[in-house]
Amino acid sequence: MEEVPHDCPGVGSAQAGRGASCQGCPNQGLCASGAGAAPDPAIEEIKEKMKTVKHKILVLSGKGGVGKSTFSAHLAHGLAEDENTQVALLDVDICGPSIPKIVGLEGEQFLEDNLGVMSVGFLLSSPDDAVIWRGPKKNGMIKQFLRDVDWGEVDYLIVDTPPGTSDEHLSAVQYLAAAHIDGAVIITTPQEVSLQDVRKEISFCHKVKLPVIGVVENMSGFICPKCQKETQIFPPTTGGAEVMCHDLKVPLLGKVPLDPRIGKSCDKGQSFLVEAPDSPATLAYRSIIQRIQEFCSLRQPKGENLVGS
Amino acid sequence: MEAAAEPGNLAGVRHIILVLSGKGGVGKSTISTELALALRHAGKKVGILDVDLCGPSIPRMLQVQGKAVHQCDSGWVPVFVDQEQSISLMSVGFLLEKPDEAVVWRGPKKNALIKQFVSDVAWGQLDYLVVDTPPGTSDEHMAVVDTLRPYSPLGALVVTTPQAVSVGDVRRELTFCKKVGLRVIGVVENMSGFVCPHCAECTNVFSRGGGEELARHAGVPFLGSVPLDPELTRSLEEGRDFIRGFPESPAFPALSCIAQKILNEAPVGLS
Repeated sequence: MEEVPHDCPGVGSAQAGRGASCQGCPNQGLCASGAGAAPDPAIEEIKEKMKTVKHKILVLSGKGGVGKSTFSAHLAHGLAEDENTQVALLDVDICGPSIPKIVGLEGEQFLEDNLGVMSVGFLLSSPDDAVIWRGPKKNGMIKQFLRDVDWGEVDYLIVDTPPGTSDEHLSAVQYLAAAHIDGAVIITTPQEVSLQDVRKEISFCHKVKLPVIGVVENMSGFICPKCQKETQIFPPTTGGAEVMCHDLKVPLLGKVPLDPRIGKSCDKGQSFLVEAPDSPATLAYRSIIQRIQEFCSLRQPKGENLVGS
Repeated sequence: MEAAAEPGNLAGVRHIILVLSGKGGVGKSTISTELALALRHAGKKVGILDVDLCGPSIPRMLQVQGKAVHQCDSGWVPVFVDQEQSISLMSVGFLLEKPDEAVVWRGPKKNALIKQFVSDVAWGQLDYLVVDTPPGTSDEHMAVVDTLRPYSPLGALVVTTPQAVSVGDVRRELTFCKKVGLRVIGVVENMSGFVCPHCAECTNVFSRGGGEELARHAGVPFLGSVPLDPELTRSLEEGRDFIRGFPESPAFPALSCIAQKILNEAPVGLS
């Protein structure tokens, strides 16, 4: 089973919607009407908007619940500790927007002077409100976030995504295509059930020509606060991220152990890096953040507009 | 592709249970799998429909990854995970040519496949069909609820973990259930504490209390807390039957309780 008809002529081609291989494709009507052919003007508009944003990082995972939002928020906190660095955190998880909770914001956009946050969570009037939207509407929201939010001069834009490889991911990559994304940080946990989804995510990155900055293995071992002995709650039965990264030739940025204080900090909307500066998890986060900064500085646009893919 | 076209395929299924969560990674697939195993141990015939198209976890959890799917006159034949044919499974995982290849589909295409999965799998006679879903409240969820509606599902098990970040998403899932008229059988709190195997100290790795409070706030039953157990994780990794293998596990009582609730609510034998 393939994700597009075997000989999909391409949505922009003259044969779009009309070819023999288009029969049965759910997008056939759309392509035949010619609607798929015209490039979305928003892409150019977003490219313009993004000129003031130096580095763009996507935080991805094929798997849910591995710590993307936790990591995104703490990456943002870590970078923003330098008050001369302007950081923006965009949460494009439309159905499950966790970022407002994790950063402790109910509606304000600015967490600190140099850290701005945007999420659909801010647009919901009640915590019980469900965003039951189909793909096209979610795409529209993401487009609006990227095009209509006035980000200003930003050093790092971090985009937190939902799990999977679907509308939100395609939209984020497509709308930012002309604006040059530095790369993706991929989060996993050690067990194979996560890794099997993360391999797909890495494959997705390769497909859409999104550079992989590296992989973070989260929840990597638990140190009992009482006896200090380590247990692997999520055992790396197939070698964990280390083996996967070696096989797929992508960098392993680091391993973050499970510290119950992380969950607590997120519940309170506090930065774990500040709440537990001596935790091995904090040290791991800081090392990973530094590696990400190094990666980005190697790709410094330096005034010229590097067009991605 | 309408359900009415093939009335036979779900006609032999007595009860349909959806497993949902607004949040990813809370253990929907784990709970779906363990529920199926527990129901099998109670002598029931169970089907599992895995509609997580981007992250189909269940084939591996039952050690049937890579198995081929065949067609019969009524549609796709689900994969049996055991000799006795008491658990059958359909997942997009079986349809992927390369397991590492990403399924990068937008909503409409996902909807089309889910409708097919619901209508065109020849389940035969089943006591229970457990439908495992991806996280969220979007295309897949709407498609699965719409397509299953004519078959009056028993309801939804909603899974959360204790911390606020999960509860925050799962509240929205409960709203989704209300909006689409899907009854909530109850809330399950997973990853509820970890007992250190060295010193027996219990640590609340992912905070505590959220699941029960959520159930109370939403006015739905709280079905229990399942603690973290590396043996459970390992069993799922290796496709082993945790229910048979680890009845002494701290996770066992809660999982049994969930299965018992289903058996009590929807006994097989009544129409």
